[in-house]
Amino acid sequence: MEIALLFLPLLSSIISGFFGKYVGDRNSEIITSLFVSISAILSLILFYNVIVNNYDNNVIVATWINSGTLDVNWSIKIDPLSSVMLVVVTLVSALVHIYSIGYMSHDPHKPRFMAYLSLFTFAMLTLVTSDNFLQLFFGWEGVGLCSYFLIGFWFKKDAANAAAIKAFVVNRVGDFGFALGIFLIFYLFGTVNYSEVFEQIPQIIDKELLFLGITIKAIDLICILLFVGAMGKSAQIFLHTWLPDAMEGPTPVSALIHAATMVTAGVFLVVRCSPIFEYSPLALNIITIVGMTTAFFAATVALVQTDIKKIIAYSTCSQLGYMFFAAGVGAYNVAMFHLFTHAFFKALLFLGSGSVIHSFKDEQNIDEMGGVYKKLPYTWILMIIGTLALTGFPFLSGFYSKDAIIEFAYLKGNTAGYYATGIGIFTALLTSIYSWRLIFKTFHGDYNNKKLKIDEMHESPLVMLLPLFILSVGAIFAGFLFKDLFIGHGEINHFWGESIKFLNPLSSDHPPLWIIFITPVLVVLSIPISYYLFVGNKEIPNQLAETNKPLYNFLVNKWYFDELYNVIFIQSSKKIGLFFWKIIDGKIIDRFGPDGISSLIKNLSLKANKFQSGYIYQYAFMMLLGFSALLTFLILY
Amino acid sequence: MIDIGLGHYLTLGAIIFTIGIVGIFLNRKNIIVILMSIELILLAVNINLVSFSIFLGDITGQIFTLFILTVAAAEAAIGLAIIVVYYRNSSTIRVEEINSLKG
Repeated sequence: MEIALLFLPLLSSIISGFFGKYVGDRNSEIITSLFVSISAILSLILFYNVIVNNYDNNVIVATWINSGTLDVNWSIKIDPLSSVMLVVVTLVSALVHIYSIGYMSHDPHKPRFMAYLSLFTFAMLTLVTSDNFLQLFFGWEGVGLCSYFLIGFWFKKDAANAAAIKAFVVNRVGDFGFALGIFLIFYLFGTVNYSEVFEQIPQIIDKELLFLGITIKAIDLICILLFVGAMGKSAQIFLHTWLPDAMEGPTPVSALIHAATMVTAGVFLVVRCSPIFEYSPLALNIITIVGMTTAFFAATVALVQTDIKKIIAYSTCSQLGYMFFAAGVGAYNVAMFHLFTHAFFKALLFLGSGSVIHSFKDEQNIDEMGGVYKKLPYTWILMIIGTLALTGFPFLSGFYSKDAIIEFAYLKGNTAGYYATGIGIFTALLTSIYSWRLIFKTFHGDYNNKKLKIDEMHESPLVMLLPLFILSVGAIFAGFLFKDLFIGHGEINHFWGESIKFLNPLSSDHPPLWIIFITPVLVVLSIPISYYLFVGNKEIPNQLAETNKPLYNFLVNKWYFDELYNVIFIQSSKKIGLFFWKIIDGKIIDRFGPDGISSLIKNLSLKANKFQSGYIYQYAFMMLLGFSALLTFLILY
Repeated sequence: MIDIGLGHYLTLGAIIFTIGIVGIFLNRKNIIVILMSIELILLAVNINLVSFSIFLGDITGQIFTLFILTVAAAEAAIGLAIIVVYYRNSSTIRVEEINSLKG
């Protein structure tokens, strides 16, 4: 069952990718959707098995590397943690496959698109089911590669190509840290298998290493390096710049890769390595700080963006920040819970926005929309469900997971925890405002699109709406249903078992009442406020922007990260590159190397050329001279 | 009356040989002259062979000379044929103008 689960997406990818021409567009769509759906059903069965029977298994598919002490297997490790990820990945992937049939209906390269989606699913599954760091890294790079393919899917758009390369390059930075982390693990433990590494962790707690001239505890270094990898993949601040640009890809891709699955791989990594991170308070504090900074930063930027997908992308970034600071305060199960619920409502929001974009004929600017809620009733309602769930409206899924994060951050009781609580609450308010801004500007107010008449608007086809319905069910009920399972207290709950390690059991105190109430109250209050700001009286946001021009520009330009990186990294490396190209390569290596030798030979041969006069008598004379010289030589010696 | 010995024959051979050599590379006019010079060189060699054969009492040299004469005749025939063909193609056999080997 596990093998079928893992390899069906690969099989469908091969069929659709290599034989797409022969099986046809429609068939390859059906085959990929069907296979991934089977995979999703299998993973649901598996998840049920894990919950009810504490099913635990590690299927060794094949030996990969067996050299000295390095013993690496291709494996399918099923434990509570990976089973949750399996459900998230395959379910969202299956829905996105089905949705793509509708969304990509006008695209000429359907089999290729479906093949990439399936290949991505396979890579993500190998990532989450691995039992060692090396297979994890394989999956990690595999999803990165597919992300590159899919962002640049519309390869005729320059922006898409640039965004694909940017995503790839920024991820390399993170992956470099991640790879160093794996090397260090192998150096210290002589193995990369989780179980063996985690067993040996307590033995090296006090070990110190010299790294870049700084003496640092080995365990802190491992954690920080692994976290750098997680930052790259999960678009945390400093390495987040690729995520908004990645929205150049088709919307189903954004929903699958850049909202629900790939970007959560970093969170998964931290949770998977909880037995390591638990021993490194320094790394946990860094994670908390980076997480909350990202959450806050991305939320502020999302407030002023006008591209519907970029708003949701920054929202994803922000929610990933939440997950990280949940993990940073030691509440790994809460991070996973938020990952789980976030997958539903964020995929819902993305697919919903895709439906809007589809209806508006590829318009993404929310200033060009408005007033269409009667024309797109289903999309409207589903987007509202997604927004309510995202903002943490009481009793929807985001409410349980996000509030739990804030509560656990408060219960952590240290400085970073209190900061995280404050920022978490404030960010929740910001989240609510920008999400409702999106809804109100897209669906309410006046119709602002000049290119398309409002009568031409029509609801998306059923094949696109169906996945939205399923996701909205998840967005509404996932929190309520799985709350006790994922983050419940008490002795009866052993769902996570060995897969997450808590050095000290999580505090089961109840936080003060005001902490519990403040977020939902703010969130509910922000709805009428947003309505007033963005529909009722539109002058106020404009005036705010006018009076706080520097701040507004700061936010519109995304805190100037791109510009800063442009100056620091891109320009300087371009200059270094130019220097190496023009001076070192052109003027030194080429001049004395290939060019020098070729011009030398050319000059010599021009001189030698003169001997070839073409007059036979000269040749004969030369022959005679040579012959005489040879003869003289032979006679004399 | 002086005795004509081996030295005289060899001197004659050397003189004819030198005339032949000089005739090749001092000649600027006609390619047939080059052909004739080659014949001269061969004849100089023949004189050497015959004179050595007689003075050493070994018949081999004279037989060799007969062979060389045969080959020289064949060579002259082929050479003249080439010149005729060349003349047909480029309507000249002036040595200065035959320089298509020039690099």
